[in-house]
Amino acid sequence: MIAGSEGSQRSQRSERRLLTGNQAAAWGARLGGVDYVPAFPITPQTEIIEALAAWFDDGSLMGRLTMFESEHSMMTAAGTAAAAGARTFTATSSQGLLYSLEMMYAVAGWRVPFVMVNVSRGLASPITLESDHNDVLAARDTGFLQIHCATAQEVLDAVLIAFRWSEDRRVRLPVIVNQDGFSLSFTREPVDIPNEDAVRAFLPTRGDLDETLSGPSPQSLGVAVLDGSTYSYFRYQMERAAQGALPVLLDIEKEFESMTGRRFLPIDEYRMHDAEMAIVVVGSLGTQAMVAVDEMRAEGVRVGLVRPRVLRPFPRNALALTLGRMRGVAVVDQDLSPGFGGILHGEIAAALYARPEPRPSLTSYIGGLGGRFVSVTEFKRIVDETVVASITGHVPPPRLLFTDEEARSIRMLQQIADDAPQYELGAPFASGLEGDRA
Amino acid sequence: MSAGRGAVTPRPHLMASGTSMCPGCGGLQVVKQIYEHLGRDVVFVNAAGCLTLLAPYPTTPFQSSWIYTSMASAPAGAQGLVDAIEVLRSKGRISGRRRIHVVVLTGDGAANGIGLSSTSGALDRRLDFYYLCYDNEGYGNTGHQTSPATPEGARTSTDALGPGCSQPKKDLFSIWAAHEPSYLATVIGAEPQDLARKVERARGCQGPKMFIALAPCPTGWGFDPKDAGRIGHLAVSTGVWALRERVDGKTVHTKIPRPRRLVEDYLRAQKRFQHLFSPVRRDDVIQRIQARITDAWEDWFRGQPTRPRA
Repeated sequence: MIAGSEGSQRSQRSERRLLTGNQAAAWGARLGGVDYVPAFPITPQTEIIEALAAWFDDGSLMGRLTMFESEHSMMTAAGTAAAAGARTFTATSSQGLLYSLEMMYAVAGWRVPFVMVNVSRGLASPITLESDHNDVLAARDTGFLQIHCATAQEVLDAVLIAFRWSEDRRVRLPVIVNQDGFSLSFTREPVDIPNEDAVRAFLPTRGDLDETLSGPSPQSLGVAVLDGSTYSYFRYQMERAAQGALPVLLDIEKEFESMTGRRFLPIDEYRMHDAEMAIVVVGSLGTQAMVAVDEMRAEGVRVGLVRPRVLRPFPRNALALTLGRMRGVAVVDQDLSPGFGGILHGEIAAALYARPEPRPSLTSYIGGLGGRFVSVTEFKRIVDETVVASITGHVPPPRLLFTDEEARSIRMLQQIADDAPQYELGAPFASGLEGDRA
Repeated sequence: MSAGRGAVTPRPHLMASGTSMCPGCGGLQVVKQIYEHLGRDVVFVNAAGCLTLLAPYPTTPFQSSWIYTSMASAPAGAQGLVDAIEVLRSKGRISGRRRIHVVVLTGDGAANGIGLSSTSGALDRRLDFYYLCYDNEGYGNTGHQTSPATPEGARTSTDALGPGCSQPKKDLFSIWAAHEPSYLATVIGAEPQDLARKVERARGCQGPKMFIALAPCPTGWGFDPKDAGRIGHLAVSTGVWALRERVDGKTVHTKIPRPRRLVEDYLRAQKRFQHLFSPVRRDDVIQRIQARITDAWEDWFRGQPTRPRA
């Protein structure tokens, strides 16, 4: 693919390769000219730091990768290295993100720019290696900005954009680039790797060393404050910076488009131009939802897909504008806040409530926990139910997706374990969406 | 560097007075001395503890940089800084003329417990940094609860009523020594010449430079702030606090108290040990504490090629 206008110089030619999501993340850091990578291994992220370590070793990258003894230490070092002026990249997943959580709040408060890829994986207990979003959503209130990716291309693009975004003086907050474990991290997809010279023009070397910790000057970072007003002042500064980061992203996105020809808007809309119904999902579940949308469109259902790429700052107005004109909106959460339900559903509801009535009927589904597959059939049933809700005005309670086939296999495992279920599967625990799994 | 007596004296006062530390703080005393020996080219990396309140917004007593990390991860913060400085220097993005000293500053609670893993990691990676543990033998900033560094018999706010702390003090020196840092020493603010020589010697070393400073604590230990120096001297002269130095795998004592005073003199001077003397004198506990100190010194003497005079 040739980026830019007709007659682009040869130096602007990009290269197309098959890359896993993890390799795409590593390429993003490499093209971004990363100086420093504090690292700690965790499945399914480890391939990222292995790729970067090899490039530091063979001279493809100039800088350093340091292995730490924990993610808590890794996150601390990411913060101090970024404060000292190094372009810093790190990666984690799941339990690792949680182990570093104290420092995520701290370094965001330091207002230091760096990029962390999180490869989403469900949290213990029980232990799993497969994807859901409870890990990254635990970082929702840290002050990190969050980009959520659905394709390997998007992962590479997001890392480059995230460095620019994070280092922008109007923002100065760390950024998480999230991708789903296994379904994206270990899946090969064709990826356009932009030319290094073009990237250098888009993302020059960090030039803000004068503001950072240098030794012989009385500057302090991360210090104590002695009253609520001072504390509030600094927290409000973070809020202003995070909210203000959306228009900054739109500026960066325009430049990125002129380099690559690819858009990177805060929300990705698919077949929404004349839609009456919308599915909302985050991450690579979106690609499965697109197949369902195509099939339903072929059957005459005016349905589209809305996939927020950016969750922090929350693109509230854009979401309210797009979803507010729907008759029905179905949110499929790949996360669960026990005692509340879907986290994304709550946030979408908050965005919609700012709109005047009539508002769309808003349904809630929990699916894709711990890598659980959500079938095209299930997406279709979800839309069917939401259509009914929009006609009758009766919104069903949140559904926990689980098929009869899954229920049978769980009962078999329980027999082996000589274990009895605490609650019987069946309404309202089963979705009633049993049947074939396309 | 020179190891001669009186060879080094502190430089003019770099550190401002008027901090929010308690009067007579043994931690502050040692930070001030070390800072004035190292000079302005310092970045302090702090963990949660009493000295975190040295630099509350918008003030700092230092003419140098300061970063607060967390209770557990100050050595990791130092690693990130040192790595970044070295990488940026190698890329020509910062000037390479002056050496920046990265100094981790934690209390005994962080050093002995929650921060031990990150310290071990930094030592294992041979990080070129200083670590100063100011050891006031308790979680001082929260009101002096028992920490792993609290000595046997000492009363704290979590061992307030009974016989005091039931465990002997954790041997952080040996734990650190097992990592074979480039330089390792115990110091105390009441012995400034000894401290000065040690900092000068450490300056010549590449790699981890580790200091444990006994930090007499008027509020936690219960003595008049004006007696801070006297308590420090008693800790050394009774052999409670052995002034040691370890380089190239060999530990030496830099000050051998001759004769060693009885530990009772040290214990009697502090409220935290008063329950050993009244209402009933606890000779059993006092003798156990004395025996532990005597045994430690005898063990060391036995290991020497020529037995020093005790």
